[in-house]
Amino acid sequence: MAEQAAVNPGGEGEGGPLRASDLTRSRTRTAWLLLLPTLLVVAVVAAFPLGQTIYLSFTNERLADLQGPEWIGLDNYRRLLEDDDFHNTIWVTVRFTFITIIAEFILGLVVALVVNSQFKGRGLMRTAMLVPWAIPTVVSAQMWAWMYNDIYGVFNDLLNRRLGIIDQNIAWIADPDYALWAVAAVDIWKTTPFVALLLLAGLQVIPEDIYEAARVDGANKLQQFYKITLPLLVPAIVVTLIFRTLDSLRVFDVFYVMFGARRDTMPMAVYAQNTIVAFSRTGYGSAIAVAIFLIIAIFVVIYVTTLRVERS
Amino acid sequence: MPRENPGEIQRLIDGAVNGNLTRRDVLRRAVVLGLSIPAIAALLAACGDDDDDDDDDDDGGTGAGGDATEMEGDATEEEGGGGDTGDFDFSDVTTPPEVANADTASEYSGASLTYYGDGVGIGNDLDLAMAQKFTEATGIEIEVIPRPQDATETFSTYQRLFQAQSGDMDIMMVDVIWPGSFAQHLADLSEALGDDAGSFYETIMENNTVDGKLVGIPWFGDFGMLYYRTDLAEQYGYDGPPETWDDLEEMATTIQEGEKANDENFWGFVFQGNAYEGLTCDGLEWQASAGGGTIVDQDGNVTLDNAEAAAIFEKIQGWVGNIAPPGVTTYQEEDARNAFQNGQAAFMRNWPYAYSLGQGDDSAVAGNFDVAPLPAQSGSDHVGTVGGWQIGVSEYSQNKEAAIEFAKYLTSADVQKWRAIAASFVPTRPEVAEDPAVIEAMPFLQSLADVVRVVRPSTPAGDLYNEVSTAYFQGLNEILNGSDAEGSVSDMAGDIEFILG
Amino acid sequence: MTATARPQTTEAAAERSQVLDTVMNVIKRIPFYLLVVVIAVYLMFPFYWAFRSSITPDADLFATPVQYFPNNPTLENYRAVLSDDNFIRALGNSAIVAASVTLLALMVGAFASYAIGRFTFRGRTPVLYIVLAMTMFPQIAVLGSLYTLITEAGLYNSLWALIFTYMMFTLPFTVWVLTTFFQQMPKELEEAAYVDGATPFQVFYKVLLPLAAPGLVTTGLLAFIAAWNEFLFALSFTQTPDKFTVTLAIFRFEPQTAGGFEIAWGQIMAATIIITLPLIILTLIFQRRILAGLTAGAVKG
Repeated sequence: MAEQAAVNPGGEGEGGPLRASDLTRSRTRTAWLLLLPTLLVVAVVAAFPLGQTIYLSFTNERLADLQGPEWIGLDNYRRLLEDDDFHNTIWVTVRFTFITIIAEFILGLVVALVVNSQFKGRGLMRTAMLVPWAIPTVVSAQMWAWMYNDIYGVFNDLLNRRLGIIDQNIAWIADPDYALWAVAAVDIWKTTPFVALLLLAGLQVIPEDIYEAARVDGANKLQQFYKITLPLLVPAIVVTLIFRTLDSLRVFDVFYVMFGARRDTMPMAVYAQNTIVAFSRTGYGSAIAVAIFLIIAIFVVIYVTTLRVERS
Repeated sequence: MPRENPGEIQRLIDGAVNGNLTRRDVLRRAVVLGLSIPAIAALLAACGDDDDDDDDDDDGGTGAGGDATEMEGDATEEEGGGGDTGDFDFSDVTTPPEVANADTASEYSGASLTYYGDGVGIGNDLDLAMAQKFTEATGIEIEVIPRPQDATETFSTYQRLFQAQSGDMDIMMVDVIWPGSFAQHLADLSEALGDDAGSFYETIMENNTVDGKLVGIPWFGDFGMLYYRTDLAEQYGYDGPPETWDDLEEMATTIQEGEKANDENFWGFVFQGNAYEGLTCDGLEWQASAGGGTIVDQDGNVTLDNAEAAAIFEKIQGWVGNIAPPGVTTYQEEDARNAFQNGQAAFMRNWPYAYSLGQGDDSAVAGNFDVAPLPAQSGSDHVGTVGGWQIGVSEYSQNKEAAIEFAKYLTSADVQKWRAIAASFVPTRPEVAEDPAVIEAMPFLQSLADVVRVVRPSTPAGDLYNEVSTAYFQGLNEILNGSDAEGSVSDMAGDIEFILG
Repeated sequence: MTATARPQTTEAAAERSQVLDTVMNVIKRIPFYLLVVVIAVYLMFPFYWAFRSSITPDADLFATPVQYFPNNPTLENYRAVLSDDNFIRALGNSAIVAASVTLLALMVGAFASYAIGRFTFRGRTPVLYIVLAMTMFPQIAVLGSLYTLITEAGLYNSLWALIFTYMMFTLPFTVWVLTTFFQQMPKELEEAAYVDGATPFQVFYKVLLPLAAPGLVTTGLLAFIAAWNEFLFALSFTQTPDKFTVTLAIFRFEPQTAGGFEIAWGQIMAATIIITLPLIILTLIFQRRILAGLTAGAVKG
């Protein structure tokens, strides 16, 4: 994605060959001056805190202690290796990521294909698709939590009383068998339209004459889909996949709102936040944060290498 | 926000005062609310062997509804320099009582204090009114900062302010579980309180005393209790609340079986099963009332891992989905109250606040429920987990003396009585709790007098309390969700031992 | 278009087949339209439910069987929510924070994008990578140290803490999207200005910035929505109700009665609708811009 930035040569070469180096130097200075505020912000809100987090992860920093942090080497990381609670959060997060991404892709593709064809109200539909994406996750979590309510919730009323699909109300959020699926459904609802929009954008750049040619060759709809649509959609799919994986692995809001400090449904980010804020264990919490960072990095590396293999 | 609902009793009193209700109405409701004029046993008796046997218990007024206007109990007169409270209206939320210690406090006139009080709702309204009253009387300026609604977050806020040794907070509300954590940052109030220290419940005073230092003056209390449907108990042939957890199970099963016919969403028992601090309170009650001891003893030994605790947890695990709704493992106080108040539960474990709300006009069970001590297995005491708030003064305050004066005002007998009657805050002074006007507002103060108060392990855990409690409620929540009780209890104990080091 | 493929027989037959075709066509489209309806219901139902719950009085809300259309609609919940100072303040806080973050991100980001998009200099690619890397790492990775930093700077429990930290996730995509905008502008405009003796800054705000207006609107909207919706930092860096943003207000929606707990689903849903409304309106008005912004990065990758 970054390459395109390098394509543009900028407004160079106006001053003639003799002045060129001077001008270049002055323009370089101007460029850095323009970049300065951004670099400052990056340094203060990202680079420095990240460095600090890495440093703190080697200390026993606790907010409650009046004395400063003490260097304890790899102790936090050793503890992390034995911390069953943390291992469970990884498992929860990864399962959540797989469930949501697979569902979002299948549903998103269906929605994208539907919206890509001509029908009345298509524009309206496309606008409506933006809305779940635009609202705060906290809000969607609350809306769904209410629909999931074990006594007054609409799902139980619909499935039990009206349709008779289930014969007893289900506590969707409470029951450990359903809890992860319930929270995944919220994420899927909120994000599928977004995935669909990204895929739709990919669909719309596929030139119509390719389909035309395929039809002439006698390819049916299904063949067209597999032979043309899907392969040409790969770039859009890959980018979306990376975005979605990153988001899912660091998921926080929806779990925090629906489950609080419950352990069997705790994702990594909630565990880290809880350790840092509720327990004031900044040191150990930083180690968890670094671990999350590394886990996400692993996924990115996997994607990027797979992507490269596919391109070659 | 429905903060305009200080409760049915409040309305009853207002009605009586303003003459909106007929005598018969008042009498009927008063009876329904269980108001009577027996000799009043010491509230929270277990809290202590307080010996100030007040003679104000025959002040009357409760039986004959109209007399509710005479709520100026003798107790208030005892407060030195309390002024003429004779015709003071304790039910008016907008008018706090006079500042009894105004003379002393005026010495610090011109000082300004920052007070971390109640965040929202009626508590906040009362705080603002009291601050204004105090400023008018003493010339001490008070800025009321609403504390975070969530206790855990209030805890972090204070922690940060204390760590910075900040003078930005002079006086604050302190949860009953915090004295152990904050002792080093809080001023010793024992000297300032003097003889008045004897007029508070002793267990709370003990809880607030760390290494001989009184770090908070008890302000209002809370304790777990059992709400039950009197109409249903009668209908199904029971003559009172359950004595043991087995009784409760049996009653809940029978009632639920019968009621399910009318309402498939009817359940026997609702409580707080969500993974949060409330479950620690509930769990401690189950454990202690079944011979399972406490979580951590006062010496810091983890005493959780025992067969009795595992057995009672397993019993309650068996209730989830059977006599308790399957969703109970996500219930907090309000979820439980919603179910009970809608007439969809036979029993509920909750705090006193649900009482007046349950008697409200919009309640489906008004007049059809009562409160009782939580059940206890035979051989064990009835218990209730202690909650509540204290007023503490920061060690880093620039105006400690002025802050102490304000603390004394907030916790004074008049103010406690006013807060009790006007807004159902449970008093921490026996003399106030025994006041007939207060009893009238909260009759359970009397029926629950014999219950043993159990405290969460905040003193031995100190500033690790949050972690200990989290390990406990997380494990308990998993048990309720189906994990093996015995194994989990031992895991929880192991986790807590690890946290405590 | 269907008729053309038909072989010619008699005219009547052709007509019949044409009618048949149209009917067949419609029938074939039925599953498709059904699918459209299913998708529409799926997208909209939660909103409908929130709305119906917000206008249902508590007595009906907490009753079974569930009413799909409120029998006694009421605006009581809205009245309650809108007369709640804390909620109003939260709306104000969110507006302040989101607007400030948007402005700041646009200002800072526009400079950077101009530099990256229109200048050639050593280190340009690394800078872009660094900015992009910011979007990669999780907020949680800096939570602990930002927490310490903010406390030490005395910004704890202030809106400044949020304005400042929200730059972490708004600035990168602002720079990213605006850079593509600046790159797409024709070189000639700039050159003409330089010939007239304009300085780079004059070129920037007199020539390029106005041209980048659509990009500014798009990124501004995205930044605004991101800031308005943020939860983790708001949860961690503010404590008291007077500093809450809307996401916190809705999460902690517990109007306190005497004892301290209250979950009023009707009011929560009313608050939800109120919070969502500005976003829905923004999306409806600017949907094209938002779509462009959202897909800008993705498709070109």
